[in-house]
Amino acid sequence: MPKITYIEYGGRKHEVEVPLGRSVMRGAIDNDIPGIDADCGGECACATCHVYVDESWLATAGTPVPGSQEASMLSFSALTQPNSRLSCQIKVGEALDGLIVRMPEGQH
Amino acid sequence: MMMTAALDAPTELDVGNLVLDDIDVSDPQLYQDDTWHAYFARLRREDPVHYCRQSQYGPYWSVTKYRDIMQVEINHQVYSSDGAISILDPPKGLERQSFIAMDPPKHDEQRLVVSPAVAPDNLAKMESLIRQRTGRVLDGLPRNETFDWVDRVSIELTTMMLATLFAYPWDDRRQLTYWSDLVIANVDAPDSPVHSEEEKFVELTKMTEALRKLFYERAQLPPKFDLLSMLAHSNATRDMPFRELMGNLSLLIVGGNDTTRNSMTGGLMALSQHPREYQKLRDDPSLIPGMVSEIIRYVTPVIHMRRTALKDAELGGKQIKKGDKVVMWYVSGNRDPEGIEDPDNFIIDRPRPRQHLSFGFGIHRCVGNRLAELQLRILWEEIMQRYPVIEVLGPARRVYSNFIHGIRSLPVRIPASVSARSVTHGPTPPPRTAD
Repeated sequence: MPKITYIEYGGRKHEVEVPLGRSVMRGAIDNDIPGIDADCGGECACATCHVYVDESWLATAGTPVPGSQEASMLSFSALTQPNSRLSCQIKVGEALDGLIVRMPEGQH
Repeated sequence: MMMTAALDAPTELDVGNLVLDDIDVSDPQLYQDDTWHAYFARLRREDPVHYCRQSQYGPYWSVTKYRDIMQVEINHQVYSSDGAISILDPPKGLERQSFIAMDPPKHDEQRLVVSPAVAPDNLAKMESLIRQRTGRVLDGLPRNETFDWVDRVSIELTTMMLATLFAYPWDDRRQLTYWSDLVIANVDAPDSPVHSEEEKFVELTKMTEALRKLFYERAQLPPKFDLLSMLAHSNATRDMPFRELMGNLSLLIVGGNDTTRNSMTGGLMALSQHPREYQKLRDDPSLIPGMVSEIIRYVTPVIHMRRTALKDAELGGKQIKKGDKVVMWYVSGNRDPEGIEDPDNFIIDRPRPRQHLSFGFGIHRCVGNRLAELQLRILWEEIMQRYPVIEVLGPARRVYSNFIHGIRSLPVRIPASVSARSVTHGPTPPPRTAD
């Protein structure tokens, strides 16, 4: 199973295995990793699973499609950066083995 | 004890005898009397996307299940907010625009102007101020004497917050409370501050003129982190027409105040109706953050939001036609057993308490939701530092509205014998300072 590293805002690291096909958000929730709320349960409707994708993984993980629901939801967060994603929209595949994501200061 | 549903509340059996087509959940009386539960239970079971042909608001669809509501929420290309977000259409000729009742791109532009006020870094700055004020308001409450929780606590705290958000003259802050009550008033209700839409518009005009004066003053000063200054300095909002300023000010006043006010009251009611949960809270105040989400779900401060179909669509097996009024009943979705486990029970340590519909979802999700949670968390932390028991002495008086789940008054008493701080947990409250 691909390993994903989640780094909390305070710096605490969690390295966990996430089954193929799950979302990066689900991987955090299933492993009780703090910092991701996922209020809408993965509908891309709340922006409370916001993460920053490590720069070295940006090309593989991708960026939100301009004009998409994900881009729209992210645009409302004051903490959005160019490497922001909603983790419910990142599907775990073999290519993401080793992915590193960081949490923002807060979910909004 | 008291304050379960009213004695004459319709039972599932009574509602079960109605002709399905005749069910009309738009009647504000259902919410003032707290008798809505059985109607929605039947709709969720038998006709979850229900068409009401005739009501005082015209024909409308009711969306009653969690999943279906989510589908409407995330599909703003079909389900538009443009022009109206409540079942009551804006009064003809007296319309006022606000970003909650707009679609992209204008919605996005205006929302982005105000959202930094409630961003995480700004909330962190506000926390100690909110805590000091909350402590002071709680310390000033009478002991062993009946008083109105709504006036002394819920209104007082949320009005203070609103005055801060607007940087409104402190001593006049109850004017904001009046305006908030005015904005949400159903003009048909006997206790409404105004009795016609025209009268309401006159009062809203006075409100807008008063706040516009501050808005102009702030436009001349360097930008600050209050809502009026932010609106006055942004390209997207500095030249808003009068009606649009009226609409957006109304939105910010109600959104920044009234919903939290009712959660502050509704939370105490819920605890008093569920003594085992109240005991859980006393035993473990670290449950407060999860309890806050549960309170917001259980209270559901906004009863519904309305959308208008921009094209034909299918929802829950029903054919929605272009132009149809589609009403998402959050009160019902938050009680849907297929969306939330054991939804009729108030459970302060339920798993995944944040998964509720009270803030809405999608691009119109409540912009101030984290501030609301912060205020409620601090309120309950400070209450538990002081008062392990607050007795609810009588029924709540509710607002006649199918939109805002408001509570006008709630008689309570703090027993003198258990008011000591000696039974508390955690750190002592911070020192008091003047505002």
